[in-house]
Amino acid sequence: MSFQEQWVALVTILRKEVKRYLRIWTQTLLPSAITMSLYFVIFGSLIGSRIGDMGGFTYMQFVVPGLIMMAIVTNSYSNVVSSFFGSKFNHSVEELLVSPTPNYIILLGYVIGGVSRGLLVAVIVTLVSLFFTDLHIHSFTVVVVIVLMTSILFALAGFINAVYANNFDDISIIPTFVLTPLIYLGGVFYSMDLLPDFWAAVSKLNPLVYVVNAFRYGVLGVSDVSLAVAFGMIAVFTVVAWCYSMHLLNTGKRLRQ
Amino acid sequence: MIPALTIENLTKQYAGGFQALKGISLEVQHGDFFALLGPNGAGKSTTIGVICSLVSKTAGKVAVYGTDIDEDFAGAKKNIGIVPQEFNFNMFEQPFDIVVNQAGYYGMPKALASQRAEQYLRELGLWEKRHVPSRMLSGGMKRRLMIARALVHNPRLLILDEPTAGVDIEMRRSMWDFLQKLNREGTTIILTTHYLEEAEALCRNIAIINHGEIVENSSMRDLLRRLHREVFIFDAVDELPEVVAIQDFGVRRIDERTLEVEVEKGQHINEVFAALSQYGIRISSMRNRANRLEEMFVRLVEGAK
Repeated sequence: MSFQEQWVALVTILRKEVKRYLRIWTQTLLPSAITMSLYFVIFGSLIGSRIGDMGGFTYMQFVVPGLIMMAIVTNSYSNVVSSFFGSKFNHSVEELLVSPTPNYIILLGYVIGGVSRGLLVAVIVTLVSLFFTDLHIHSFTVVVVIVLMTSILFALAGFINAVYANNFDDISIIPTFVLTPLIYLGGVFYSMDLLPDFWAAVSKLNPLVYVVNAFRYGVLGVSDVSLAVAFGMIAVFTVVAWCYSMHLLNTGKRLRQ
Repeated sequence: MIPALTIENLTKQYAGGFQALKGISLEVQHGDFFALLGPNGAGKSTTIGVICSLVSKTAGKVAVYGTDIDEDFAGAKKNIGIVPQEFNFNMFEQPFDIVVNQAGYYGMPKALASQRAEQYLRELGLWEKRHVPSRMLSGGMKRRLMIARALVHNPRLLILDEPTAGVDIEMRRSMWDFLQKLNREGTTIILTTHYLEEAEALCRNIAIINHGEIVENSSMRDLLRRLHREVFIFDAVDELPEVVAIQDFGVRRIDERTLEVEVEKGQHINEVFAALSQYGIRISSMRNRANRLEEMFVRLVEGAK
């Protein structure tokens, strides 16, 4: 396929993905807005007012970056895992597999689709958060880069999950038993400084710690981990996830007989 | 002329050890209407799967219009349109979007894709339903939608895996007309079907596959010519005598108004009519007991067991 044809194929996959999650917006966009509003009310306003300052900011200001990042992670992931597994389940993935579209365009299309939903939800959650607190961006560049890198990483993770999933239960196992605990233990609601040394060290094995802290640095200018380490870790995870996803597509594992 | 499809020693062995294809070789010429027949599990869908990349082959060569799938699969795929046996589109999408998206996967700009989608959806009688969720379409409409989708990039080789399964007779006939028109316009068509009269009516050449091997590969005419015996059913106007015998013909009285007569190759059916006239038997209608191809198919498949 020529570059022009590949571009058309990419835009087609992306358009289809965006249309899909907009068509079912009550399942894809609305829940995050409601869940995050509840987090803001309960953890930010009700409990947060009793907790006091954290890292030099009000508790509400402290949790907002983590909650936005939580929405980005879960939405980027769940968009790709549900969409790609759905197309595997109803065999419509064959539309792509029989076409001359290169595998990297297929992967890119699904990943950008997941990223776009992650970003859209991030905008919605940020707008909701403005009802509860003021947000001042410390570094716009860091915010943009970390949001893009994170949503790409988790969209790729969602793709890998979708390829391995055999039924709908399999696409909720990872988000429920892996992703959610990692997010909750990733410093969304607390600073690493509050943890004993041992648990602080253990927490640094959690990739979500780097994601949440890097984003918090972009928004508030404070972080529990080094920004360079955070970017490095996310970049390495992303490259590994991309290579593994391409390997799955190229070998046709669980996609071709 | 480069053949539309060349298959050489194609083998497929699944992970469990089951050998679905045992080194089949096949050639389909450009412009042909080719039937690939076989009982369930014979290897038809596996063969089609390999051609369009849904099944990975174990060994052998496949070339589509001279393009080897191992060297340039994308180039080969551009020439193929596939209508699978099972519905494989998103039931929540609309027919128009399904067809336009498929064109997009072949790199076709949206304006041209929309134009082609309209053309094929109109030709296949789906234009009025273009914005209805595809799950709302009838079985026949879903089959036609898959044909429109397969044609949107104007493939030179169209592969149809049981395209008329579950389709009513009227719809089947109109699909036959459409496919014949397409073939006349230059599209090479490979058809698998369980309706053998369909293969007999449409196809010029035929391959029969059984247990992963090609057991017959010839022209439809040659194959049917080799059929040595046909059985005709005669419906009589009046009640038949208890015994009806015609010299050199096998005759069986089915009931008081129905006769079954075996006509061997070289015999003439006029002799049967002449003999029946001598009995004073008047015939109101006559038909083949079974489809001729069906008879040959059963023989070949049974013979291979």
